[in-house]
Amino acid sequence: MKKIIYITLIFLTACSSYEKPVDSSLETQVLLIGNGTEPQDLDPHIVTGVPESKILMALLEGLVIRHPDGKSPLPGVAQSWDISSNGLIYTFNLRKNARWSNGDTVDAHDFVYSWKRVLLPSLGSQYPDMLYDIKNAEPFNKGEITDFNEVGVKAINDYQLQVTLANPAPYFIELLTHYTTRPVHKETIEQYGSIDSVGTKWTRPGNFVGNGPFNLKEWQLNKVIEVEKSNTYWDNSAVKLNGIKFYPIDNVTREDLMFRSGQLHITGSIPQEKIDSYKTLYPQELKIFPYFGTYYYRININKPPLDEKLVRDALSLGLDRKELVDKVAKGGQEPAFSFTPPDKNGYYPTTKLEFNPTKAKQILNDLGYSEENPFPKIELLYNTSEGHQKIAQAIQQMWKTNLGVDIELTNTDWKVYLSRQQIGDYSISRAGWIGDYPDPKTFLDMMVTGRGNNQTGWSNQEYDSLLKKAANATNQTERFNYFNEAEKILMDEKPIIPIYTYTRMYMLHPDVKGWKSNLLDTRPYQNIELIRD
Amino acid sequence: MISLIFRRFLAALPVLLVVITVTFFMVHSAPGGPFDADKAVSKEVLEQLNERYNLNEPVWKQYFIYLSNVVQGDFGPSFRYPSRSVTELILTGLPITFELALYSIIFAIFIGVSAGLISGLKPNTSYDYVPMTLAMAGICIPSIILGPSLSLVFGITLQWVPVSGWGDIPGDKILPVITLGTAYAAYCARLTRGGMLEILNQDFIRTARAKGLSETRVVLVHALRGGLTPVVAFLGPAMAGLLAGSFVVETVFGIPGLGRFYVEAAFNRDYTMILGTTIFFSSLIIFFNLIADLVASALNPKLR
Amino acid sequence: MANTESSLYEDAFRRLFSNKLSLFSFCFISFITILAILTPWIAPYDYAYQDLDLGPSGPSMAHWMGTDVLGRDLLTRILYGSRISLMVGFLATMVALFIGVIWGTIAGYAGGKIDTVMMRIVDAMYGVPFIILIILLMVIFGRNLVLLFVAIGAVEWLTMSRIVRSQVRSLSQQEFVLAAQAMGVSSVDIIFRHLIPNTVGPVIVYATLTVPQIMLLEAFLSFLGLGVQAPMSSWGILIRDGAVSMEEYWWLLIFPSILFSLTLYSLNFIGDGLRDALDPRTVQN
Repeated sequence: MKKIIYITLIFLTACSSYEKPVDSSLETQVLLIGNGTEPQDLDPHIVTGVPESKILMALLEGLVIRHPDGKSPLPGVAQSWDISSNGLIYTFNLRKNARWSNGDTVDAHDFVYSWKRVLLPSLGSQYPDMLYDIKNAEPFNKGEITDFNEVGVKAINDYQLQVTLANPAPYFIELLTHYTTRPVHKETIEQYGSIDSVGTKWTRPGNFVGNGPFNLKEWQLNKVIEVEKSNTYWDNSAVKLNGIKFYPIDNVTREDLMFRSGQLHITGSIPQEKIDSYKTLYPQELKIFPYFGTYYYRININKPPLDEKLVRDALSLGLDRKELVDKVAKGGQEPAFSFTPPDKNGYYPTTKLEFNPTKAKQILNDLGYSEENPFPKIELLYNTSEGHQKIAQAIQQMWKTNLGVDIELTNTDWKVYLSRQQIGDYSISRAGWIGDYPDPKTFLDMMVTGRGNNQTGWSNQEYDSLLKKAANATNQTERFNYFNEAEKILMDEKPIIPIYTYTRMYMLHPDVKGWKSNLLDTRPYQNIELIRD
Repeated sequence: MISLIFRRFLAALPVLLVVITVTFFMVHSAPGGPFDADKAVSKEVLEQLNERYNLNEPVWKQYFIYLSNVVQGDFGPSFRYPSRSVTELILTGLPITFELALYSIIFAIFIGVSAGLISGLKPNTSYDYVPMTLAMAGICIPSIILGPSLSLVFGITLQWVPVSGWGDIPGDKILPVITLGTAYAAYCARLTRGGMLEILNQDFIRTARAKGLSETRVVLVHALRGGLTPVVAFLGPAMAGLLAGSFVVETVFGIPGLGRFYVEAAFNRDYTMILGTTIFFSSLIIFFNLIADLVASALNPKLR
Repeated sequence: MANTESSLYEDAFRRLFSNKLSLFSFCFISFITILAILTPWIAPYDYAYQDLDLGPSGPSMAHWMGTDVLGRDLLTRILYGSRISLMVGFLATMVALFIGVIWGTIAGYAGGKIDTVMMRIVDAMYGVPFIILIILLMVIFGRNLVLLFVAIGAVEWLTMSRIVRSQVRSLSQQEFVLAAQAMGVSSVDIIFRHLIPNTVGPVIVYATLTVPQIMLLEAFLSFLGLGVQAPMSSWGILIRDGAVSMEEYWWLLIFPSILFSLTLYSLNFIGDGLRDALDPRTVQN
């Protein structure tokens, strides 16, 4: 028995000398990123998730690149662009030294081909609406037009791309930072299938041809995706890293342990319980940034008594948002008083939602609810997660003590939760939305009558027409005014009750230099390097 | 023996058919579809997707299409990972999970049977209480607690072993094997002890002792054979359970095994993947139960 | 006949309680059970009452076991949790025991084709994906604790039946069963009078192993939405939540775990005691 103990001890001591991956990374310049769930695929026109977007940022480059500080996008494949005075015609001048990883030139035809691919109904891309601002793009995607020549995209010559919009969209350049708009290599796509085939082997290492700063080196399912520096990339000198390893980690606890044992440079998130203690334990590593997303409760306005606007008012008045973010969420979130998160450099909604339990109680009294005639018990649906559960329980108590309203909590797994919302089988449900591009449209458009993500049954003609007006407005101030008016209607009617504005929280190793933050939490990997002070 | 294997093989086919049928209709009637996402897909896209995966056909028709594909060895593409086939996913995860399960079961048998043997031979002494108390602790502590605790102590505080990975950094296999094996070791210990107590009371052991055979011979040759019957009966389901139930350990330690695919497929409503892994695991269970029965009859000649 | 039986059980109980550990364990389980029953009257706080200003705090005079992240009294939550966990643990184990023992005994005793068919049904049930089954049950029956027992029991009996069957198969070859058959004792009598009592040992051992599994499984079912709903709790849920924050708020993991472990140890000692006491062979001596 003693022998066994000795052998075990010797064995364990021998293991103690393993070199930490973050230490060896200083030499190799390979960044180690915790990247959420395993990517569905790496086809930019098929995937929909955040983990995929982080990897595609390294592999493919669009016409423009997201600015690391969140300012206006930087030139990518397009060296410069001109916008016609009515804001409808964009002419992109492509750089002549942009190359695919096999050495081919990236030209305007690549973009025409790629955008046609996104919009082809037979491909079934889930993000075609990213291009719907282009003239005839939506009818083409819905099969109403079959000739792609009618869509407002054309290559004037090899290095000039002309895009005609259906309506002035001042955010169009921002849209072009989204991975859906990035080009794919025609010959590669057609070597493994046709323009509209899905799930072919073109996205595998060895087959993948990209035009980004990195090339796909290795893809081990549920283990790691590794990219290495490309030597055909036009701005090669800006790429300091030799490679990036993206680890799919769907378990926050493990990610946290990996970071602390030196297996990761950057995590995807932080376990909620740790935020408090990490503020003192890891002040340098812990990063909390504002995020372009809103946490809110969706209300099914077809379900009595929630069909009564005053009831929704009362529910909102009974919410102490400040207390929720300070004492429950604890991640530096801001109480939300509008659907669109306020952006200091852009759209800043002026709506206000007060916390006033007395007024809320008065409203319910006036509606005839009292001790004898209590407010009916309503159900609050959320998908299983500790964070959502905490918020839900705190709100349950707030409504109970402030309004005397009893709610029942129901958690289900993700898919049941989604399907119950879709068929309207809920009263109140937890929801969250992260903007796809830095513009209020990505939020407010969702609540237009009949949109797939409205799901509240709410419909308001004035709201719809304000959004239409905003779409046709040529200058940004005018647009934002329309949006603000729409926001006022939304916050007055309350088919949704905003709770807080998200923050992004993660751990960042001090070796990582040049890592910038922005509202959408996406950034190119150029100019990031690993140096130990 | 061979005829038994052959008969069991034949019996396995209807079992699999039942499993496929039940599972097929279950997954298709479960709420939520494979393409539900928080960004709702448009009607046109959904139709396109359903058509691609034959989901627009009536369910019974889909069932027969699926069956005929399976008979030809085609388990279809995964819905969650459109560029991977179910077979490819299973083949990626299987060797890893199998390795993990194998190490864990060896760990469990080695630790469990020795501990059970010691306590079974000296019941109600400290040789009995200490291993059994530990065994009970092993059963009580769920791997979702044991895994992170071990990681904290040996990975973070002592910095001896890495906390995540499988075959990337030396030593990264130690903690997962211990975490997964512990509960099964504890089961083995308790079952061995129970079996030994049972068998040591029986007449043939008393006869053997009366004949003056050495205690070691009595225990290792006569008693252990019968005393292990419950352990062996348990090992069949345990091995299958290890393979299917390695999910938690795989998640806690970031092991790219099959257990994660199995559970995630259910949550993602990845129909083909659920069915593929179910067929695979059912076959495994049948296989390991057969092995367990064979070993049981080898240990107990009367059963033949 | 009746006379000898009652003396057999009296004897068993006498011997069970002469074992100090078993006696102590029995007292502990009774104590916990009584606490669980009396919880609504003795709990110091309301299980849902939150003190957000207090937040998570360690054990103190006001909160003997501390408070959780929402400032709820942990002692209260453990007490309420014990109601759920004990009920789920025992009832589901009973269901599993009942189905498993009967199924396994019949299959093992009958042998041949019946055995094959019954065991292949068990194999098939092992194969059906549990998560999907639970999600479906939830849709069909709604959320409901009774259903929870059924769901858990319906899964846990499988291994039980395999263990019992292998035991019965080896027993049914033994002299006393063959003798009973030769004397013309009916199969039902043989099963209930000779076979089932003789499988008690492994069955009790496995049953004591099943209880903790079920209590923890309940926490997983709550994850799928079938178990108890927040703000109600169970030991499994408390332990799982405590595990997440074990570095920051140790009491959230330690107290529920201690109680959980003590209960399981007690069950286990009672099980051992019962096995020794009920074993027909020891009675004969």
